[in-house]
Amino acid sequence: MLEVLQYEFMRNALLAGLLVSIACGIIGALVVVNRIVFISGGIAHASYGGIGLAFFAGFSPYLGAIGVALGSALIMGMVSRSRKHRADTVIGVIWAVGMSAGIILIDFTPGYNVDLMSYLFGSILMVPATSLWTMSAMNLLILLLIFLFYKDFLAMSYDEEFALAMGVPVGPLYFLLLCMVAMTVVMTIQIVGLILVIALLTIPSYLAEKYTTSLKTMMAWAVIISIVFTQSGIWLSFYLNLSTGATIVLVAAVFFFISGLVPQRIIFRKADQ
Amino acid sequence: MNKKVIEVKDLSFSYNGHPVLEGVNLSVDKGDFLAVLGPNGGGKTTLIKILLGILPFQQGKVYVLGQKPGKAAHRTGYVPQNVTGSEKFPINVLDVVIMGRLGFLGRFKKYSARDHSMAVQALEQVGMSDFHEHMIGNLSGGQRQRVLIARALACDPEILFLDEPTASIDQPFQTRLYQLLHDLNQAGKTIVVISHDLSVLSSHAKSVACVNINLYFHDSSEISQEMLEKAYHCPVELITHGPIPHRVLKDHH
Repeated sequence: MLEVLQYEFMRNALLAGLLVSIACGIIGALVVVNRIVFISGGIAHASYGGIGLAFFAGFSPYLGAIGVALGSALIMGMVSRSRKHRADTVIGVIWAVGMSAGIILIDFTPGYNVDLMSYLFGSILMVPATSLWTMSAMNLLILLLIFLFYKDFLAMSYDEEFALAMGVPVGPLYFLLLCMVAMTVVMTIQIVGLILVIALLTIPSYLAEKYTTSLKTMMAWAVIISIVFTQSGIWLSFYLNLSTGATIVLVAAVFFFISGLVPQRIIFRKADQ
Repeated sequence: MNKKVIEVKDLSFSYNGHPVLEGVNLSVDKGDFLAVLGPNGGGKTTLIKILLGILPFQQGKVYVLGQKPGKAAHRTGYVPQNVTGSEKFPINVLDVVIMGRLGFLGRFKKYSARDHSMAVQALEQVGMSDFHEHMIGNLSGGQRQRVLIARALACDPEILFLDEPTASIDQPFQTRLYQLLHDLNQAGKTIVVISHDLSVLSSHAKSVACVNINLYFHDSSEISQEMLEKAYHCPVELITHGPIPHRVLKDHH
């Protein structure tokens, strides 16, 4: 079984899965408790516009993706704060427009058309070593920001208005969170693709939340659960010759449905009594 | 005792073009116990949120403890209306209460031992000492309300704002809460409480403000019929307190 580790692509794939899990677990926990899953989906899909632009103009697709992801995160953040009653509609529009723009830009790109599917559904078995360094750097940045602002993110997530009344800069923190979502999304696109990003952001965090007692432990467990999903998904897809991204998501989905049968926080209810 | 802790001049606030507050003037002395009355949607909560710096206002001047709203965060306590939707949040009671200390901390700082002991002390004040480690989601509505009150007390505030604090708590604790507010007030704290419960007035309030877009201020706890009718735009049941507290009922048309 371990002889496949001789292949560089397999080692890179497993390492990429590990790195992405760290960001997805931490940021996913904040996405779930702040109920910004829809915005996160919007950022992921809109970033396809950046991939299209990059191919059309001839620069790195991940540079294009991160640029457009950050840009759309800021726009969606502004809309969701200033026009709350129709924010979801506007986010949905940006979601679709970003994606369509990407497809049209690739139509306009002369020559051999790139494999669209690899961006939509991931291409983990073709992760270059340089990507691993970028992912590590992004992880370090996310870890540092969360370490510095943990109590402020916790206060904002639990009770935004109280946090404001206590002088916590909720507005800037919210935009910082959306920027970290954008970074996480672009990292994760390489593993499961932009359509399936949402699964890795939400399922591990959802499972972790059910059985933990603080945001910190929720983040830690979400990371661990995410690592289990990505590693087992990659092995399974390799041996069964299936698409990696979809296999990871279905592994997660199996646990998601099983967890529905296990009562929530059963351990802690007992401890309370 | 004449130091002003809250000063509002010609404050107007509108939401999506609808006026919520218009030409509001208010001045609250240190050590006052102000009851804020008024119909639902009349702007009571909006006024408090403006004073706390939660909502930015469009017109007028507002000073809390001599500073712009939100700048004196560590000197004000806030008990919001019972938060719903956060029951499933993975957080225990002590971690919620210690958030009341946030105003003292700069960014990049961790809670200190003193922050911790102030939070423990605040939980004792509301009789929730045995619940430190309990998950907030496993508490009853009334217990959760007590935790929110403790969170506001944790910073030992000079002004305490409460928005419908008795909405979901049981009768024995309600009495205890008013006694606690009374004691805090005796100790020199300024109390601002929104309540539908007119009985709070008869016992503890020193002044009354009726808010319904406009604000009518009365610097004694006796509310006049005229004042309530202006605020509610309909005849209201009036409770007065003299030697024998009594109700004055009036027919509705």
